Amino acid sequence: MVFLGGQVLPGNVGRAILGPFADQRAVDALNHSLGVDRPLLVQYGSWIWNFLHGDMGTSYVFRAPVAPFVIDALGNSMKLALVAFVLVVPIGILGGVIAALNFNRPLDRIISLGGLSVTVLPEFVTGIILILIFGVWLRWLPIAAAWPKGAGFFTQLYYLILPSLPLFLVLFGYIARMARSGMIEALDSDYTRTAVLKGLPWRTVIWRHVLRNALLPTITVIATQTGYLIGGLVVIETLFRYQGIGSLIFTAARGKDFPMLEAGILTIGIVYAVATLVADFLYSVLNPRIRLGAEQ
Amino acid sequence: MSATDTPASLTAPASPDAAQRSPWGEVLHSLLRSGTFLTGLFILLFWVVCALFGQYFVPYDPLASDIINALSPPAADHWFGTDQLGRDVFSRVIVGSRDILTVAPLATILATIAGTALGLVIGYFRGIVDDIVSRVLEAFMAIPVVIIALLAIVALGTSKVTVIVVIGLSFAPIIARTVRSAVLAERELDYVAAAKLRHEGALHTMFVEILPNVIPPILVETTVRLGYAIFAVATLSFMGFGIQPPSPDWGLSISSNYGMIGGGFWWTVLFDALAIASLVIGVNLVADGVHGAFND
Repeated sequence: MVFLGGQVLPGNVGRAILGPFADQRAVDALNHSLGVDRPLLVQYGSWIWNFLHGDMGTSYVFRAPVAPFVIDALGNSMKLALVAFVLVVPIGILGGVIAALNFNRPLDRIISLGGLSVTVLPEFVTGIILILIFGVWLRWLPIAAAWPKGAGFFTQLYYLILPSLPLFLVLFGYIARMARSGMIEALDSDYTRTAVLKGLPWRTVIWRHVLRNALLPTITVIATQTGYLIGGLVVIETLFRYQGIGSLIFTAARGKDFPMLEAGILTIGIVYAVATLVADFLYSVLNPRIRLGAEQ
Repeated sequence: MSATDTPASLTAPASPDAAQRSPWGEVLHSLLRSGTFLTGLFILLFWVVCALFGQYFVPYDPLASDIINALSPPAADHWFGTDQLGRDVFSRVIVGSRDILTVAPLATILATIAGTALGLVIGYFRGIVDDIVSRVLEAFMAIPVVIIALLAIVALGTSKVTVIVVIGLSFAPIIARTVRSAVLAERELDYVAAAKLRHEGALHTMFVEILPNVIPPILVETTVRLGYAIFAVATLSFMGFGIQPPSPDWGLSISSNYGMIGGGFWWTVLFDALAIASLVIGVNLVADGVHGAFND
């Protein structure tokens, strides 16, 4: 589908690269050398075949193989996404749990309402406001995610904090809300009442009985947010001038660099599929009911 | 009794005759008592007024540049300062609501119409139609809107119409899913069976019998989608897609000015960012109020 979108609709590739004033013969020659004058099915077949063999095609703009660009960018994006996830998963769950334990009290209201308000804001809006606060006024953090070459782990981390914060804010609301409703449901259940009536200490009840059941749906939500995260990366990487997969796709789309665009989108499709698979697996590991069902 | 019913219920909201109001009166009544809804409505109406009449009361022409006074900080003659072309930021923020408040609602209306029709059909017929269409919709929903938009805009060129169609069609599956589950519950009820016994056609049963009964979830979903549509339109115009210069649109203004915030010119982006934030939060408050009113 991506291939069709990129290859069929835009019309003349050679024309798009060389610009409207190029000689028609030059356009034809370029089209031929790129192979885009071949029938569509042939192009599609050879594209899939080459991708499976690790050859993602040649960039129209850079006149170089696409693969190194995509792999580099994917690595950078993974770093950014990882920082965001490492921050948001524990803090989001903690926020939800605290909100649920203070159900309907002011603290719950603050966490729920605050989480929801930052979740609905576009990433570039929170990004701009955060840049202004931490980058321009306080001057605590660098405003572009471009660290000096050969920077160590902590320097890279330092440069990645600000870009990961908008992603953190959006995800925080979702994760906290799921954790909160899961907790409330679990706290309300019969097994929790039984555990309390057995005389178990409150702390044990929360850790052993409530949390485990409450966090299952949260895991699914975290996995589905990978899809969102990819969309968010396009915006954030553009805003912070970060060389990730999102800005790669964006630049490729603007420059009509179709092999790059297709390779980038196919790559994130694969990442998404893997993330969903891992989430299903984790869910079944953590949920004894599903695990037993599979063994029978 | 019926003559005094309306004034009595208006003056005494908690009066016992509330049960006699029509269901819609009931909804309206609880909406007007909801602080969230009224706050959201107030913010939304403020921006609608700015979009419609802003150009008549702003102090400067939002497009007139004044290079000599470029990048001057907020002061008495320019409340929000001026941007890099010397245009008055206050006037631009006020008038900047126009494009986003045209594109986002149109996209939402498109999504609602397409999604409702699709949801009615798959919910009513169920079976193989439902299976196939639902899988396709799920696949579609897995792709982030930004990516779909990038592809569509590369393929079809950038214009407001493209953005409306892209956002409309990417949100339609979500509305279709909501409508489908509402229809699944409705189609088992007696009035649908009665319509079938009268040999009403499928179209008549769907659109005349079922549709009026599934309006509440559609309304709730539509207001929620409007919030997301504003999110998406703002993001796309920040990325340079859809709304084009010299429009004073907020996302566009941020994208053309944020490159200089390292130099401390915070006023060129902050007010636009806050405007987007207030509009998105306002619409979400309205959506929250509508949701609450229908689910009481």
